[in-house]
Amino acid sequence: MENKIKITPPVLAEEFAAGRKPEWLFWVGSAGAFDDRYKKVTREFVKILSFLKVDYAVLGVEESDSGDVARRAGNEMLFQMQAMTNIEILNSYGVKKIVTCCPHDFNTLKNEYPDFGGNFEVWHHSQWLEMMIANGRLTVNSSLFADKKIVFHDPCYLGRANKVYESPRAVLGAIPSVKLEMKRNRSFGLCCGAGGGQMFKEAEKGNKEVFIERTEEAIATGADIIATACPFCMVMMTDGIKYKNQEERMKNYDIAELVSLGLGL
Amino acid sequence: MTKQLLFALALLITLAVFAWTMRKLFHYFRFTKKLPLNDIPARIMVTLKVAIGQTKIFRHPVMGFLHALVFWGFMVILVGSIEMVIDGLFGTERIFGILGPVYNVIIGSGDVFAAIIVVAILVFLFRRLFLKVKRFYGPEMKPVSKADANLALSFILILMITLLGMNTFYLIMSHNEDMGLVGYYPVSQYLGDLFADMNEDSIFFWHEFNWWAHILLIFAFANVLPYSKHFHVFMSVPNVFVSKISPLGYVDNMESITREVKLMLDPATAFAASDEVPAKFGVSDANDVTWINYMNALSCTECGRCTAVCPANITGKLLSPRKIMMDLRARMKEKGPGLVSQGAAYDDGKALIGSYISEEELWACTLCNACAQECPVNINQPSLILDMRRYLVLEKSAAPAGLNTVFSNIENNGAPWQFSPQDRLKWADELFMNEV
Repeated sequence: MENKIKITPPVLAEEFAAGRKPEWLFWVGSAGAFDDRYKKVTREFVKILSFLKVDYAVLGVEESDSGDVARRAGNEMLFQMQAMTNIEILNSYGVKKIVTCCPHDFNTLKNEYPDFGGNFEVWHHSQWLEMMIANGRLTVNSSLFADKKIVFHDPCYLGRANKVYESPRAVLGAIPSVKLEMKRNRSFGLCCGAGGGQMFKEAEKGNKEVFIERTEEAIATGADIIATACPFCMVMMTDGIKYKNQEERMKNYDIAELVSLGLGL
Repeated sequence: MTKQLLFALALLITLAVFAWTMRKLFHYFRFTKKLPLNDIPARIMVTLKVAIGQTKIFRHPVMGFLHALVFWGFMVILVGSIEMVIDGLFGTERIFGILGPVYNVIIGSGDVFAAIIVVAILVFLFRRLFLKVKRFYGPEMKPVSKADANLALSFILILMITLLGMNTFYLIMSHNEDMGLVGYYPVSQYLGDLFADMNEDSIFFWHEFNWWAHILLIFAFANVLPYSKHFHVFMSVPNVFVSKISPLGYVDNMESITREVKLMLDPATAFAASDEVPAKFGVSDANDVTWINYMNALSCTECGRCTAVCPANITGKLLSPRKIMMDLRARMKEKGPGLVSQGAAYDDGKALIGSYISEEELWACTLCNACAQECPVNINQPSLILDMRRYLVLEKSAAPAGLNTVFSNIENNGAPWQFSPQDRLKWADELFMNEV
């Protein structure tokens, strides 16, 4: 049996107190910290950070919700309070480079925080992993998924919102496996149904739930795995697979999990 | 001379009616919110790409290509129309002929485009009349919207037929009378054979008929357009120029809220700004929108590409991004005259939210930006939807229950769920990785 190494993510306040300034801040996000499914993704991503010996830290209890949901649900007051509070903390540590697994926080920190004096270089983990693969630091030589068919679901806030379509595909491309596409992909991608605050409210009356429409499209490709890169999409696709009784046949993974599993972490 | 006088009169009436309509419409802009236009070079680029290059219409490749041909054709044919106005006023004939070979290229391609547009319009009409194209239907597509579309297409069809007719009879005339032929007519030269045995009087008559019919139809069309969804013909290029150039994910900041939040976070400045009149937050009626929102509404030609990709609409919810734009335009048309005559405080007891758009529609949006991505003229529907949500939340505290819970959780715990902020690093407990 392989040896287990305990990981204790460095906390920025402590690093700072010890006179260190980590290169990267890993922004965990509310879902990454509290959602049971996405906590697993956070853990896998941190394993990758440790494996690659990246100089990073997390904010820990000092991190607060980015405010994305509040803003898109119309509560601008709450959003701006969250934004200003977070920016104050980030700036107090002189944070420059941020990586996050959440496309919503990626979008908000990258595009919207500058309006409040928060100017950071923000990376989504798909871009970050792509960079690590491109510069040769990360190679996945695993046969674990070699005969698996993977279909990628584009998160709206990564794709249309920020035109990041190819990074997650490049990451999947580095994992030996069969790649498929849904008919509606990239800028044509169909939302999972959770954006704009929908995650937290009852859907309006209609004839179908959006997540079912999207999961059906993914199932129709014949894929074994739906890969996502967003906590909300993760919840929706997981629910969709359950709803369609495909749990035996189909799994839902974040791209970071596929990398981590491929590396055997 | 009589012909010139008649022409000048027709032109004068056209311009007068057009100016009157424009004045009315642009008056309404005064009641919208100002917003500066930044980054002009980027705007020029997006106009060249999306408007002139028609890049977004190609997202539906076949119909997109036909539309692009119609658009590019219009641009070329416009030169000929300007020439007709000069000819009409000064009694000249094909005055731009002095351009020589350049003229041959312009008029020659105009002649070819006219034929292409006839084919394209026939395809469009066929699709609208005989094929059940889903995006042409929907609760917001009233019979008047359909009639509007068919009228505009018929207008264009007749315009192109008369243009070809004008060219054809001009060719026969110049042959028969042995006068110098100006221009090059790749399509009309073949049509000429059909009328070769017509007598000279008839040929003269039909040339005049087509010439007058063509230019008078343009005059009429120009004055019908501002009342039609086909106002798009005038508004779409400027609309692309003023459209959103930041990433689709970016939401415009509410400066008025920033001031309030800063006051809360820094009480030291509280007195300095205390006499400021709090603005109304968000949008509840047509005169709360930005001038760009209103431009968007005037540019919408109701093609329905936005609604066809809307996840809420696809799954049977009430929301239709096209309807949001149509509603804004209709509401401004209704409220505008009152605003103009009685000022910004005018109240007719109705509003955009409530009388036109229901809260149910607004809350069905996932802000996925599929509609904005799809719009061939870069209309941004989500920004307007969000501004109306802002009104509901900030002015009316009328968010759905689930979202109110989220708000109080974020406020109290710094997360949408009810977890203690002290547990924010719990995910890292007992975290081990394999040594590889």
